[in-house]
Amino acid sequence: MSDYNFAYLDEQTKRMIRRAILKGLAIPGYQVPFASREMPMPYGWGTGGVQVSAATLTPADTLKVIDQGADDTTNAVSIRKFFEKTAGVDTTEETAQASVIQTRHRIPEEDLREDQILVYQVPIPEPLRFLEPSEIETRKMHSLEEYGLMHVKLYEDIAKHGAIATSYAYPVKVEGRYVMDPSPIPKFDNPKMEMAAIQLFGAGREQRIYALPPYCQVVSLDFEDFPFEASKADHPCDMCGAMDSYLDEVIMDDAGNRMFVCSDTDYCASRRKAGHVGAQAAAASAALKETAA
Amino acid sequence: MYVAVKGGERAIDNAHAWLSEERRGDLNVAELSVAQIREQLSLAVNRVMAEGSLYDPDLAALAIKQARGDMIEAIFLIRAYRTTLPRFGASAPVATADMACDRRISATFKDAPGGQVLGPTFDYTHRLLDFALVAEGEASAVERGEARAEPTPHITEFLNKEGLIQTEVDSEDVPGDLTREPLELPANRPLRLQALTRGDEGFVLSMAYSTQRGYARNHAFVGELRIGKVPVEMEIPELGFAIEVGEIELTECETVNQFQGSKTEPPQFTRGYGLVFGQSERKAISMALVDRALRWEELGEDNLGAPAQDEEFVLYHSDNIQATGFLEHIKLPHYVDFQSELELIRKLRREAMENTTPVQEAAE
Amino acid sequence: MTPLLKVENISKFYGHRIGCKDVNFDLYPGEVMGIVGESGSGKSTLLNCLAGHLDPDTGEVLFEMRDGAMRDTVTMSEPERRMLSRTDWAFVHQHARDGLRMNVSAGGNVGERLMAVGARHYGNIREEAVDWLGRVEISETRVDDRPTLFSGGMQQRLQIARNLVTGPRLVFMDEPTGGLDVSVQARLLDLLRGLVREMGLSAIIVTHDLAVVRLLADRLMVMKDGYVVETGLTDQVLDDPQHAYTQLLVSSVLQV
Repeated sequence: MSDYNFAYLDEQTKRMIRRAILKGLAIPGYQVPFASREMPMPYGWGTGGVQVSAATLTPADTLKVIDQGADDTTNAVSIRKFFEKTAGVDTTEETAQASVIQTRHRIPEEDLREDQILVYQVPIPEPLRFLEPSEIETRKMHSLEEYGLMHVKLYEDIAKHGAIATSYAYPVKVEGRYVMDPSPIPKFDNPKMEMAAIQLFGAGREQRIYALPPYCQVVSLDFEDFPFEASKADHPCDMCGAMDSYLDEVIMDDAGNRMFVCSDTDYCASRRKAGHVGAQAAAASAALKETAA
Repeated sequence: MYVAVKGGERAIDNAHAWLSEERRGDLNVAELSVAQIREQLSLAVNRVMAEGSLYDPDLAALAIKQARGDMIEAIFLIRAYRTTLPRFGASAPVATADMACDRRISATFKDAPGGQVLGPTFDYTHRLLDFALVAEGEASAVERGEARAEPTPHITEFLNKEGLIQTEVDSEDVPGDLTREPLELPANRPLRLQALTRGDEGFVLSMAYSTQRGYARNHAFVGELRIGKVPVEMEIPELGFAIEVGEIELTECETVNQFQGSKTEPPQFTRGYGLVFGQSERKAISMALVDRALRWEELGEDNLGAPAQDEEFVLYHSDNIQATGFLEHIKLPHYVDFQSELELIRKLRREAMENTTPVQEAAE
Repeated sequence: MTPLLKVENISKFYGHRIGCKDVNFDLYPGEVMGIVGESGSGKSTLLNCLAGHLDPDTGEVLFEMRDGAMRDTVTMSEPERRMLSRTDWAFVHQHARDGLRMNVSAGGNVGERLMAVGARHYGNIREEAVDWLGRVEISETRVDDRPTLFSGGMQQRLQIARNLVTGPRLVFMDEPTGGLDVSVQARLLDLLRGLVREMGLSAIIVTHDLAVVRLLADRLMVMKDGYVVETGLTDQVLDDPQHAYTQLLVSSVLQV
């Protein structure tokens, strides 16, 4: 890979992406068009996030890549290897050790710091897309702050279901101005978006970048009498006992027995290392030892 | 027993190894060479060059070999490669009027200067499987004639002389580059043409077909279809003049479409245009039809609501790399979001059932 | 008292054909202006020019903004004009489908303008929507139904509720009773008359039906071939038409 520039993209392209990022940080929540490049992985596999990370990384950075909260899901592995090859940066599975974290569909459970950058992979950047298919129309709606349609949708949900029927990619209002799609993170993660780290969002196929500077005001849309709830499965983690982390439901057998485990693998591993034990941890670690042998 | 899913890295490595094996196939069968693909599957090579937006038959042939014949996968390889190439500049516009035509036909006139030249076409073949091709043998000798030397001016020039067809307006403007700037709407004709020439052949074909069946019909006649090589020239700053840097094969299609005018304004035919790398007729003709359909607004026609008239619809869905990427990405894990949906639906079901039970109790 | 709306020299051409020409009038708060004429008279073209749906070729449409300033809405920026149409202006289309969201419930349709100007309490929005549905004589039980399930008359009444919920000062209406049964029309007109008086609305109503203007309009403009041929108080014009065309119009109305 020595034929390639640091982190694969040429310097001109990185410059173009950085300009878009700066614009995004200056106008939190606004979707900045950018000339997305064709990358060696397909659109839909995180090319937007990869381009943003590539433009952001410096040789001194430490990179963590997660998908569904885990470092070992296949696509996270693939992207981490890509940067190991093309950028030669240190990589880590520990959230606290990373300076740049690229993520798909989750925000890490551990609070992030001012010296960290979180890069999100975004499929559809436009929060109004499924209410209004035309891009010309939605850009106008954003520029005129015409978000009535969004609230109509929430109203209709309550009229029909008795509750807002959006569980992920839950729309937010940023600094009281732009309505933004936080990417398909579960709504449980929405409150975390008011954080100390810089958050960058990359949509490669749709050619948009947007951003949230540190300590940005991010409010999930709701009604006063139907307030937003950051809900999750009412269960602790069966491995580490955590009560406050988002859980994966794992089906154990034909009888439908199931187990709940932290989606954030680093969070769970750190807790277990610190001595926390969940209800099924003993049985699970025995099975782990069997497979490792 | 719960075992955390690990070993993603090993799984990927094994998958790639198996893929390599499948690509090679039966070891007792001779390996395909890139040269064989380039020479004997040239129409596939053309499509990969056109949609990859990169003219290099050897690279396209390699991509097809590596992609095991999956054309979109091959196009993806070329696109990704193209991204890494440095740009030295832009060529001068190619002069297709100077094309050495291997094939040149017109549906609008029985004959014209330059003649009707069939070239290497499938058009009049009978689609019967030729089992003689199963045996690899010597190619039979083909009779050779004199190479054509006469100039072949564009058919539309003749219509132009009478003022019968709208002239394309010459412009000094540098067209925008679709691969360097994000697509923003409304797009202009140069950007639409770029999107169409590199758009998925199947998609553009279907859109063109729809216009023929009445979804914004524009009465297309193939004014001219020409295929052949053109020189590519570029001005070199260090030299101060333009030199020929190579030649490429192009397919150009000009359609003559529905005329416009009124009782007081003399009517003229309108035009559609298609230009594609290599011999790619189906694509060039499709492109010309869709180009014409998308011009409804600048030609003052009605928006009939046909898909081929909808610039946003056509341009946003014509790129097969974007399309397949997004389509296939649904194979990736989405269990975190699915978990949220599970929680939501369980909650709503609980509430719905709570709302119905009191009635039942009263009835009992 | 200053006019709410001053229309000056509005003309619109379609190539060589005249859409409407040299239209001038003032509209005062609480006043209803009727524009009548047969099809092709230019009345719809004029209405669309006034409401900002079409760009006139000449002239100005001056509207008194909330701060008292008279602004020309023809040259106004699009964001400002769109804001105006969500707050101070309303447009009732001839076909309710053009003025409603057909895939949104009745309650959602009425609540949308409230939400667009910042209402954030579901219960209150719903209550206000139900209240308005009541005022246009749509039963509360229909609040969650989609307009596709409504009769033509009901859809039209819903459209009116959706438009009036934010208390606009000027309402444009394009053949509001067109396509409705006679009895349904009568009910709708009664409703409109009541609402206009109650809310002190100013309105410009385009129609070919003289009964509509007789009931709703204070003043009348008669149009033919793009020109205004007669104007005056409704009763005066209808009872004592001066222009030959007006006379023809009035005399051709069936006396039942």
